[in-house]
Amino acid sequence: MAFKIASSPHLSRRFQTSTLMQRVLLCALPGVAVQCYFFGWGTIIQLLLAICVALFCEASVLTLRKRPVLATLKDNSALLTALFIGIAVPPLAPWWLTFLGAIFAIIIVKHLYGGLGHNIFNPAMAAYVMLLISFPVQMTSWVAPSVIAGQPLDIFASLQMIFIGGSQLEISAYKMGFDGIAMATPLDTLKTDLAMGLTSTESLTKSIFSDGYGVGWFWVNMAYLAGGLAMIKMKLIRWHISTGLLGALYICASIGFILNPDTHAGPLFHLFSGATMLAAFFIATDPVTAATSVRGRLLFGALIGVLVYIIRTYGGYPDAYAFAILLANLCAPFIDHYMKPRTYGHRSRS
Amino acid sequence: MNGSNVDAADESVLDIAADAKPSAMSAYKEIAFQGLWKNNPGLVQLLGLCPLLAVTATLTNALGLGLATMLVLIFSNILVSLVKDYVPKEIRIPVFVMIIAALVTSVQLLINAYAYGLYLSLGIFLPLIVTNCVIIGRAEAFASRNSVAKSAFDGFMMGLGFLIVLAILGAGREILGQGTLFDGADLLLGDWAAGLTIHLWQFETSFLLAMLPPGAFIGMGFLIALKNVIDKKIADKQPQVTVQGQVKRARITKVS
Repeated sequence: MAFKIASSPHLSRRFQTSTLMQRVLLCALPGVAVQCYFFGWGTIIQLLLAICVALFCEASVLTLRKRPVLATLKDNSALLTALFIGIAVPPLAPWWLTFLGAIFAIIIVKHLYGGLGHNIFNPAMAAYVMLLISFPVQMTSWVAPSVIAGQPLDIFASLQMIFIGGSQLEISAYKMGFDGIAMATPLDTLKTDLAMGLTSTESLTKSIFSDGYGVGWFWVNMAYLAGGLAMIKMKLIRWHISTGLLGALYICASIGFILNPDTHAGPLFHLFSGATMLAAFFIATDPVTAATSVRGRLLFGALIGVLVYIIRTYGGYPDAYAFAILLANLCAPFIDHYMKPRTYGHRSRS
Repeated sequence: MNGSNVDAADESVLDIAADAKPSAMSAYKEIAFQGLWKNNPGLVQLLGLCPLLAVTATLTNALGLGLATMLVLIFSNILVSLVKDYVPKEIRIPVFVMIIAALVTSVQLLINAYAYGLYLSLGIFLPLIVTNCVIIGRAEAFASRNSVAKSAFDGFMMGLGFLIVLAILGAGREILGQGTLFDGADLLLGDWAAGLTIHLWQFETSFLLAMLPPGAFIGMGFLIALKNVIDKKIADKQPQVTVQGQVKRARITKVS
């Protein structure tokens, strides 16, 4: 009888990549559901479109590269990338935005760098940045939450809006009496108002805000927070990156708010606006592109938090996660180099 | 960076020198091959990246800058080759730079006089030709040790190689970015050329990424990748030369 000898650590439960990705997907579902509740069918349509295009691209590139197609498709990583693209583009954006984004993410950002595990940048975020700088108008007109807009668009109207174009529909929407379907996100509104000389308290009384948060966005963020905590509980991700990110953002926002409450939004507004929770738990924690040591992860998260606050407050774009994450991705190898953990039995270098 | 590039160019020149002996014709063929493909300043030496990336947003701009660079390159090679025997080795670089600067100034004045629109749209990149590493690189590596005719031909071929890369990149970015070709050709050629503009398709919105510098980097990456793929295909087609060396014994144990 042969004894199997495995190297340490002996107590480990190994996830396959596919299982891990699948569970991350499941944890993201509550957030997606809440987003659909507030912003209508558009999210689901974009999601399905992104998934189809991403899987098709992945399959064709794998065939070109003579890699096993089905086995690699089953690792669900393309699916996850597609999910993030689908929920990041505005729900009623024209179809070619999602189409281009998915192609760019899978082919250029992922496979040209060598496929899963070799990509320097987070594919979904790189695609998002590509779309944002190429088509700023389409990428920043978000849908008004259904609570404000009155009746949400039904599925056929959403399909028509995405695949044919919205001008005709928007006119009829105006005629029907509700006030347009596209509007800026709360972060964008706040930024514009501050630029126009309003104080943040004045701006927060607008109809797009309720109780000091963006309508709908608070619950979307809560759902992603819940999903993220579940992921930490299930040990799909470690807590360091998310904590570093949220902590740094909270501290920066507090300092800004204490120094000048009229022109800065409060820390909790920053934590529960835009893509904060989604990015903190689902995107920044991407195991391929993030830092890997414990201290490195904290620093990596904190770097994103600080960058997000700076870009949100002083930059030209209302939300900043994609830029911050790409910049932090660039720094990840550098962070890892200087944050090597002490090897057991050796003294630390310093 | 410059130094190493010039060194790399040096080696290629030595190669040419070695190959060039059999006949004059093959020497010129080799120069053309080096300039257009094997040692292409845009794709292989990666010299002059700054104008390459900055002005290739449209085909017209790319052609304008490519032609200007080619003109400067030909004449700088001729002049450097003419004065090479009279310039002390120690001060050759300043002399070359002054020759190039004078040429660039002339070209700039010419374009200012005859193609003012292009002059405005090329902006700072026109005078910046003087810092283009292709020109000083060829002056130092080729023109300062070859005959006038060969230097002129080398300047022409290197310039043409650079121009072709600029044109391909410019055309690709213009098609992707705004769906046209030869937009603003009247700036380069005069008013009659306004009709040359080809509208391939109409966008609702322009694809900004292709027109911004990142698009140039991505496009450049694709071009280099394409060249490498073609090179690899060619190399694969070549019959494999198998070297059968003698089998040597590393260690012989004597029994007796």
